[in-house]
Order: sequence, then structure tokens, then C-alpha cells
Amino acid sequence: MAMRRSAPLLFVVLTVVVLALFVLDLATGSVDLSVGDVWAAITGGDCPEATRRIVIDIRMCKAVAAVLVGGALTVSGLQMQTLFRNPLAGPYVLGISSGASLGVAVFMLGAPMLGVSALGNELGTAGMAWIGSALVLVMIGALAHRIRDIMVILILGMMFSSAIAAVVQILQYLSNEESLKSYVVWTMGSLGEVTWSQMTVMGTAVAVGLVLAVVTVKSLNMLLLGEEYARTMGLDVRRSRTLLFLSTTLLAGTVTAFCGPIGFIGLAMPHVARLIFNNSDHRILVPGAFLAGVAVMLVCDIVAKQFAFPINAVTALLGIPVVVWIVLKNR
Amino acid sequence: MIMSDDNRLIQFKDFGIGFGSRRLLSDVNTSMCGSTLTALIGRNGTGKSTLLRAIAGLNTNYQGVIEVCGRDLHKASPALVARSLSFVSTGRQRIAAMRCRDIVAMGRAPYTNWIGRLSAADNEAVDTALADVGMAEYGMRDIDTLSDGEYQRIMIARALAQDTPVLLLDEPTSFLDIPNRYALCKLLADLAHRRNKCVLFSTHELDIAVKLADALALINPPHLENGPVQAITESGVIERLFACPV
Repeated sequence: MAMRRSAPLLFVVLTVVVLALFVLDLATGSVDLSVGDVWAAITGGDCPEATRRIVIDIRMCKAVAAVLVGGALTVSGLQMQTLFRNPLAGPYVLGISSGASLGVAVFMLGAPMLGVSALGNELGTAGMAWIGSALVLVMIGALAHRIRDIMVILILGMMFSSAIAAVVQILQYLSNEESLKSYVVWTMGSLGEVTWSQMTVMGTAVAVGLVLAVVTVKSLNMLLLGEEYARTMGLDVRRSRTLLFLSTTLLAGTVTAFCGPIGFIGLAMPHVARLIFNNSDHRILVPGAFLAGVAVMLVCDIVAKQFAFPINAVTALLGIPVVVWIVLKNR
Repeated sequence: MIMSDDNRLIQFKDFGIGFGSRRLLSDVNTSMCGSTLTALIGRNGTGKSTLLRAIAGLNTNYQGVIEVCGRDLHKASPALVARSLSFVSTGRQRIAAMRCRDIVAMGRAPYTNWIGRLSAADNEAVDTALADVGMAEYGMRDIDTLSDGEYQRIMIARALAQDTPVLLLDEPTSFLDIPNRYALCKLLADLAHRRNKCVLFSTHELDIAVKLADALALINPPHLENGPVQAITESGVIERLFACPV
């Protein structure tokens, strides 16, 4: 008999954990600040002006970025795992990160070749990354509308990614040292490049993506049994697919555009959410995965800050054991 | 449940279907009625699954018209089709951490709101469906812990919860042992008679079909011979089609 833990209780616990990690994240950084000072800075209490600056302008911004990245990637990964009925699908299976990397590669590596310097222009980078991932999604979406078999779409997405990677490689090979380094740094991911004004764009896009994710929970539940069953239960499969692709582009495409490709969170955390809640009902899993993704992304940020590691290295080292565990469990 | 004044719940009009360049069926004009268990039989590759999938609306690449509950499938919305027919496919999906009850409750999807909230009536329909297939005790069990026979019953319960006049099943007996095959077909016959459903299932078990079904739909390419069991067995077509070269 499968024991089901109380979902409301788990939501409360997860929320408390997320809030605690958020404050801990604000207290972590190269400058030593006491938790008391950090608390005063957040709540508008009495603290030095420099502390307020560091906490609000730098750390708060980064922590909010971590929240958006972790939540968005995990919800997007959950959508793709259910849609493709593949436990190893993630937010990037359709080629969103390759699309973004192509956009950035064209911007950072291609532009200097034409004599235009693109370095130091973060909003341009994000814009090009977003255009790149949206383009890939539009192409996959157009194909998906004509192709019934979801596995064919999965393979097309993978082939697309590989082709784009090849083009990016050519650009890397031809580019100069300076732009090559800034491109490689982008691929390592960073939560710290987002300013508050960019955050409004990122936050809005992610919020719309999350609304779409909530709207499609019933479709996702029906898709658990496969597209054929979903269709005989009255689901307009093509419409649902389109909504899910749109939601995933807004979620994963946006955070990738601003923070670079962040690996393994979107792949691993939906499984952790399933494990925590012991449930496959997306009415529970969508908010559950969001919270679990946020919590782990905050942990990754804290670790990355402690050791001054690139964030992508940390998410990979924490995420890969989970993925290995999934593979062994599904043997 | 959507009722039609006519008892012919599935009706083919000049129906024809092929698979690639092969013609499987053509000029089919026949119908299947309520309160009837019809076994769809035929040799391998003659189009049993293809035909069932066409009726279920999963394959729209056919000629002529299929009417379910008096409505042309092509012209009905997916939501309306889902209230007219339910489908149980062959094979088994692996779903982690899902209780049987939740699977059966999915059958209520055509009736629930945007987030799939179950009303008291929906919960009652789920309970009835579980009881109808003799699985009332299994509601809280994880679907992954069931045997193939139990899984098949849960999937039938899901189709029953959908509360449709027509129930289609693609090879429901294929992974079961012989006692379970008989038990399952008895259950289907019972559901057809007690719930006034038009139940159509494909099978390779000729003996079970002849013993337990009310009607046989025999694919004799490119014809579909459809009639009461006795009429079909006496026609001699079965012997001709299934003769073994010994």
C-alpha cells in the first residue's frame, strides 16, 4: 500500500525551507555580513548604508534570479517529462538551450567578425538568446503540428540541437580569443548578471509561463496515460502541445537567455518532487516541483558563492547523482 | 450518458480503410448495437487495430462515414466524442506514484472543470466503475504494483468511469492467462448487458469469442462480416479463414 504524505503539510515545510534558504543566500557572499544585519536590511531596520546596498542591490537580485531560474527550469522539465513520457527529458530536450547558445554565439562571436563589438552588452545577449530559443521552438512547434508521433519530435529536437552545436563550433573556431572567452563564460551560467530592470522582464515572462503551466495541469494529467488515451478522453492534443511548448519557451527560454544554460536542475528536480510528494498528479507536482527547484537552486547559489565556482558546475555536481539514481531505479 | 433513439450505436456507411498502399476494408455498411458484446476477429494484419482506432477517432484517414451514437465522428468535437465512446488500448504504460483510483478518475475528464476537480457525482462514478470490475479494494493501491490482469481491469474501470454508450477494447486479453481471459470476457459481456453498452473488442481467442460474445465482426478482407455468433459460425467463413495448413 502506497503511503501518501499530507500534501498541504509538505507545501508548508517546503515553503519554510525556501524562505530560510533565501535568507541564508542573502547572508552568503564575499563580504561577511551577520544574519542580523541582513535581516535589518531586508526589513528596513537599522543598518549601514553599504550593507543595505550589498544586500538589496547585489545579493537580493541574485537570489531572486536563483528563485526564478530554479522554479522555471523545474516546472519546464516536468512538462517535458510528462509530454514525452520520458524520465530523462528536461527543459532543454527540444533544443531551447542550443537555440539560445546559437543566438549568443552569433552575437558574441559573429558580430566581432563583422567589426562590431558586442562585449559588455548584457541585454543584447539576453535578447539574442531569447530570439534563438524562440526560433528553435517555433520550428519544432511547426513540425510538431504536422507530426503525430511525439518520439519523432523528440528525435528532431535532438538532431536540431546537434546541428546548432556544430554551427556554434564553427563560430568558436573562427572567433578571436577575447570573444571566445566571454562566450565560454556565458555557457557556464551566471545568476549575477541580471539587473533589477532586467529582472522585471525576466519575472514577467516567467510568471506568464507559470500561469500557462497551471492552466495545462489537467492536460498534463491526461497525458500521463499517453496521447492516445488523452485524445479519447477529449483532450485536444495539438492545442495542449502548443500551450506546453509556449509555456516551456517562456520559462526555460527566458531564464536561459538571462542566466545562460543551467544544466540538470530541470532534469533532476521534477523527480525529487515526485519522490517527496509520492504523487504524479500535476495539481500537486507543478507547485511542488516549483518549490523544490527553487530550494535547490538557492542551495547551488550558496555553494557557488562559498567556493566561487561557476553555477553550472555546481548544478551539474548536485544534479548528476539524482539522474544516475533515476536511471538505476528505472532499470 | 449520451443516448440515441436508435439502438445502432456504431454505424458504418460506405466505410473503407487502408494501411499504406494496402486496402484492408472497403464498402462496409453495417452497425453495432447497444447491450451487445461484439468480438472483432480476423487474421494478423487484417486491420483489427486499425478499425478500432478509426472508430475511436485516433485514425481519421478513412473513406466513408463512421457514426457513433448517431453523430459523424469527423464532425463532432473531441469533448463530445469523449462522452460517446471510451477506448482501452493494448499494452501497459508505466506511471510512477499513481493510485488506481486516480487512474480511474481520469475517465471523468470529459465532465470535470479546467483543473479536473472531482464532484461528488464524479467520485460516485469512480466507485461504481471500480466495483463493476471487481476492484473496489484496489483504489488506494499504486498502479505499478498490479499484475497485468488487475491493470487491465483498472483500465476498463477508467473507461467505465467515462460513462459512454460505446466501449472499445484493443486485444484486452493478450497478456492474460486462460482463466483471466475468460473472466475478463465474462466481465465485458456482463457490462454490455447490465449497462446497455455497445462493447466491441478485438481478440485472437476464437473459442472465447464464440462462447462469450453475442456477435462476431469477422474481417474477411476486404469485407467485414458482422452478425450474431451463430450466423457467422454457420457461414463457414471462420473455418476457411483460419484453416491450418497441417
